[in-house]
Amino acid sequence: MTRAKRALLIQRMRRVAVHAGSHTLCLPVAISCLFPLGWMISSSLKTQQTVFTDFSVIPMPAHLENYVLAWTKGRFGVYFLNSLGYTAAIVFGVLALSSLAAYAFSRFSFKGSNLLHTLLLSTMLVPVPGAFVALYLLLNQLGLIDQGSGQFLPRLGYLLPQINGGVPFGIFILKPFFDAIPKELEESAKVDGCGVLGVFWHIMLPLATPALAVVALSTTLAAWNEFLLAYLVFSRHELMPLQRGLLAFQGAHLTDYPLLMAGMVITVLPVVLIYLVMQRYIIQGITAGALKG
Amino acid sequence: MFPYLFILPALALFVMFSIYSFGYMSVLSLFEWDGIGRLGWHHFVGLENYWSVIAHDRAFWQSFKQAGAITVFALVFQNSLALMLALAVNRRIRWSTGYRMLFFLPPILSEIVVGLIWAWIYDGNYGVFNAALKAVGLGHLAKSWLADPDTALTAVAVIHMWKGFGWGFVIFLAGLQTIPQELYEAATVDGANAWFRFRHITLPLLLPVGVVVSILTILGTMQIFALIMATTQGGPAFHTEVPVTRIMASLLGSSRLGYACSQGIVFGLVLLAVSLSLRWLGKRVNGAAA
Repeated sequence: MTRAKRALLIQRMRRVAVHAGSHTLCLPVAISCLFPLGWMISSSLKTQQTVFTDFSVIPMPAHLENYVLAWTKGRFGVYFLNSLGYTAAIVFGVLALSSLAAYAFSRFSFKGSNLLHTLLLSTMLVPVPGAFVALYLLLNQLGLIDQGSGQFLPRLGYLLPQINGGVPFGIFILKPFFDAIPKELEESAKVDGCGVLGVFWHIMLPLATPALAVVALSTTLAAWNEFLLAYLVFSRHELMPLQRGLLAFQGAHLTDYPLLMAGMVITVLPVVLIYLVMQRYIIQGITAGALKG
Repeated sequence: MFPYLFILPALALFVMFSIYSFGYMSVLSLFEWDGIGRLGWHHFVGLENYWSVIAHDRAFWQSFKQAGAITVFALVFQNSLALMLALAVNRRIRWSTGYRMLFFLPPILSEIVVGLIWAWIYDGNYGVFNAALKAVGLGHLAKSWLADPDTALTAVAVIHMWKGFGWGFVIFLAGLQTIPQELYEAATVDGANAWFRFRHITLPLLLPVGVVVSILTILGTMQIFALIMATTQGGPAFHTEVPVTRIMASLLGSSRLGYACSQGIVFGLVLLAVSLSLRWLGKRVNGAAA
């Protein structure tokens, strides 16, 4: 064996060792990420009698009726529709408010624009733990806490703080994106008779789709998984979103594991599906938010 | 006129929910009020709430310690796991896309879902964890992990770590990918071994990312709440109480609104001080490295 060949062999062996080491680390962790989810799905198909004894992965027969029971008797249908409505409203609100503001900051020079921009982004740069106390007091003062009657006000009380909470990130992502869109496009649109709103709607928004997707997905995840505000605002089941409803269900039926697990699958399914399809945008949002400095 | 109109909706919400609400909270922290009836000057107590929080509220500071323990656990174990996984996946090993996808799965699940599923895994009677211990002949170690004062806090910290490491992983990986490959090539040509390259290229260039991850880990973990509600609700016997659960108890449990405000402000100021000093420290270390 020549020296060159031996060197090549050593190099190859080293690479194999490195890869083997990497997999010994990664594989168990990856399995641990998947296991609780698999366990959840599998248990949601068992019965109260078999759930503690049957350790099969795919139980036979699979009790799909658990999902019907969870949806109706467990009230997860109500919680699901609430979560869907809240999330849609919050995403719409954040996109509308932050894209309008980001457009103004990007394209107009006006008195106080720097100050206002810094102000609106300040809650993102300076952390405000304990903010929930202030929110609770304000909502209480405005009568937007669930007091057992009326639907509109407590729902509004749940939505507005979350829209306000999402706007800074929206402006943060959208403004630089608008900045990068060439001004010539607007000029030619204006020549064709587009007003300021027309330019915004027909030129800027369509071109900013990737940035809008990042904002929409981050907001969706945050809104769907929100718990603390729901805990503060809602006391009636018919208003609760899924996260709050799950805890309420668990408090009332301590060990009805199959139904609880079915409710949890209903809760995570939309998020997991979105994640599988839109992974790139979600991870972009996470890293952009963290590595802003 | 247009720009102001465009900003107005965002600004209106901000003034209401971020500025006014904080002003109201600061003012109310000087009062002793249960939220019933009109707030009047006879409720005014000055700085007394703050004094009680700082000097006498042992349960509150105990909750800081407990959240601090979970935070230290996260900083040490969660972040080093995240870093090691990022280093491994960054080598373009096989299945790296799959790994990346799976590692970020726990962070997209809610704390409630994660807490409830782990509460069952840890359960004393029906939990898989104890079943697994029995299966490998360690049945004598089986216990009700979240209900035992000796293990509850660690058990919660492990759940928190499982939920959080993928988030640090993603950020570390993004940081690693910004390091120019030429640096490694040049160092290899100069005869630097793997450890040297890690120590003198990867580590210093990744440090700013490390500081950011640490700050966000501290802020996120100190504010832990939903996970506690889904697992121990602060028990057994206050062993997993955290600042947010204590503030909730003043706010909703005993309706001491003014007191809850001062607790919230003290909590916010402590975290602000910690994250600002970490940022300062990070800048200094960076300056020294450059």
